[in-house]
Amino acid sequence: MTLVPLWIDALVWLLVAVTAAYAWYARRQPHLAAPWRRVGQSGSGMAALVVLAAFAVVGLLDCVHYRPRLPAGPGGVPVYSVEVRSVLDALLAPLHARAERTYSAPLAIRAYARETVELSGGRLQRGYPRLQYAGVGRADEAARDRDVLLRSLAGAALGLVAWALAAVGWTALLARREGAGLGRMIGAIARGETAFAWRAVLLALLAIALVAGPVALLAREYHVLGTDKVGQDVLYLALKSIRTAIVIGTLTTLIMLPFAVLLGIAAGYFRGWVDDVVQYAYTTLNSIPSVLLIAAAVLMVQVYIDTHPDRFTAAVERADLRLLFLCIILGVTSWTGLARLLRGEALKLRELDYIQAAQAFGVRHGRIITRHILPNVMHIVLITVVLDFSGLVLAEAVLSYVGVGVDPSMNSFGTMINAARLEMAREPMVWWTLAAAFAFMFALVLAANLLADTVRDALDPRVRVGALAAAGGAK
Amino acid sequence: MTAYILRRCLYAIPILVGVNLITFVLFFVVNTPDDMARLALGAKRVTPDAIEKWKAEHGYDKPLLVNAQASGVAQLTDTIFFQKSARLFVFDFGNADDGRNIGYEIRTRMWPSLALALPVFVVGLAVNITFAMSLAFFRATRYDFWGVVLCVAMMSISTLFYIIGGQYLVSKVWSLVPISGFAPGADAAKFLALPVLVGVASGIGSGTRWYRTIFLEETGKDYVRTARAKGLSELDVLFGHVLKNALVPILTGAVVVIPLLFMGSLLSESFFGIPGLGSYTIDAIQAQDFAIVRAMVFLGSVLYIAGLLLTDISYTLVDPRVRFA
Repeated sequence: MTLVPLWIDALVWLLVAVTAAYAWYARRQPHLAAPWRRVGQSGSGMAALVVLAAFAVVGLLDCVHYRPRLPAGPGGVPVYSVEVRSVLDALLAPLHARAERTYSAPLAIRAYARETVELSGGRLQRGYPRLQYAGVGRADEAARDRDVLLRSLAGAALGLVAWALAAVGWTALLARREGAGLGRMIGAIARGETAFAWRAVLLALLAIALVAGPVALLAREYHVLGTDKVGQDVLYLALKSIRTAIVIGTLTTLIMLPFAVLLGIAAGYFRGWVDDVVQYAYTTLNSIPSVLLIAAAVLMVQVYIDTHPDRFTAAVERADLRLLFLCIILGVTSWTGLARLLRGEALKLRELDYIQAAQAFGVRHGRIITRHILPNVMHIVLITVVLDFSGLVLAEAVLSYVGVGVDPSMNSFGTMINAARLEMAREPMVWWTLAAAFAFMFALVLAANLLADTVRDALDPRVRVGALAAAGGAK
Repeated sequence: MTAYILRRCLYAIPILVGVNLITFVLFFVVNTPDDMARLALGAKRVTPDAIEKWKAEHGYDKPLLVNAQASGVAQLTDTIFFQKSARLFVFDFGNADDGRNIGYEIRTRMWPSLALALPVFVVGLAVNITFAMSLAFFRATRYDFWGVVLCVAMMSISTLFYIIGGQYLVSKVWSLVPISGFAPGADAAKFLALPVLVGVASGIGSGTRWYRTIFLEETGKDYVRTARAKGLSELDVLFGHVLKNALVPILTGAVVVIPLLFMGSLLSESFFGIPGLGSYTIDAIQAQDFAIVRAMVFLGSVLYIAGLLLTDISYTLVDPRVRFA
């Protein structure tokens, strides 16, 4: 196989590398590690982090694209398929390949709509035809029910065993590191007495294992979340949509961060004409309604792509480029908030004694900014990055619905909802596509919101003081 | 005061010029009118003649900035920039691709938009403040905890699902109101009830949490301690002191969106079939009618700047500490 370097993939992995580098660096700095330790003490925050990590794993698997190698051609020259696949595609290939003709309900073995079927004697009859790939070999619904129950139980048991092995193994490691006995460690975790919220982590993992186990077993034989209008497995669509959501939620902030940090701090630190120019820039950008600015920009990109089809060889590349543009445009519209916050903070910081002292010593401006101001506004940057994530995931769905989001060929929650929006009005109603999109988005955004709250509480000194005051006032 | 308002109005001019330049660059420089013509005509019928004809019909057959063939002032006025962009300043929006006057459409469509957006704004504000007050009153209790949990959960649901769910429950299952549509006059109430309900519900999560933070921040201040020390009951403290002071950030945050209410809501209007500016914009985006999108971008900016101006004025009115700087 040969790797296909897509822009988005490269940026996502860069982001992973940056995050890992920050984590490695922060571990060694007590003043950076302390607030994160507070994040680690929060049960809801850690449980949310585990759920997010599960989403991230799926998304990252979808961020390695390659062209599979075909059977060698004449002369032994390696030939690669024109189709670009991701690792997730390879894992989900059976799910993708088992496409039915049209709608079918979750776990159904028959089609959702009545069709005329030809019986063995050549007679025609109206009825619900059997699905091609669901519940093969099960005689009827009763046999299906038994099989589903069996598979769910087996899946749950499998998940439970896997979880128990991992949990005990990890607890043993912890116990060894702390120099405590295994039994005592288990007790401490179960009672939630550990400094790091291990209980929440393990409970979240247990929940994931109990959902993933049965689903994995059922998905081998059935369409767990049904199929959509053209017969695609909805579970597959939902899993493929995770990449888009995560990319939009993270890359947008990654792209806007340099601008926001540089311009915001420069405006607050230098004041004068720099401040005027930066303020003018963000007030102007801010005054354009963001949906309209995004719509205008995306329309323009669309025109560009349509009029220059020769520059994009593969459909995947085109969709990828459009997603990248969407991130850039969203970044352009969203950097203003952070820039304004940083400007205000830099205005305050530049008057503080240690900065005045540094200036009096003749330290260069660049050094003052990187050495004294940047570390002191870092918490604002981190909080913004985490806070923005959920809003961006929600925004993607709305933009794709309006028609200015991702490429229609790209899987995303927005395109899923857009395709399914008329299904509630059908008779009989088709609810599972929307329900699947709802459940996945809700889990992702809720986890992101919970983590954002925890991070803000831990990192923002102002909130901590406020919370103490509120707690004191309540007594 | 008059001088202050006048100066704030003058500040708005360079910003509007900037907005105008951005839209001009986006719509005419990044993509030339030729590209737009090609897109509007479709791939099959693209011939140089057809493109020229489309451009002439829609008034795009002029040079971008300087018309060398004209003489005198017309060198600058007989250009795309002057005809299409600069005219927005006097609210002359020109015609849409289907030949209808955009200004007329905006004037007729802003009332349905307002009929939906205004109740959502007022009711939403009232509901959010009431809910947040109750959370602040019972702060650090189980009610507060579960209230915040509810808010976070409600924040995590996309607006699209509020709309789809509302339509399904209220219109389809309970058959209380029509699923979509609009009628002028008093009949509008039955069409607007559900969109208003959905609009309020979708805003509760983030709104309530935001106001709760403001209330809690206020309750930590010294004047609250003084009021308690005087022996005022917790209710008196909350309504007599905290609410009044918290209204300053709340009002100034709310005032900025008032002018934007005219723009309507993109999603609600298109889902509920309300003929307002929001659905107008969505239709234009989907039909790739750049003239309308351009007009709406400019109108939105003007209204936002008006909102900023109103915010500044209301600040000076409600907070006596703010002087006309």
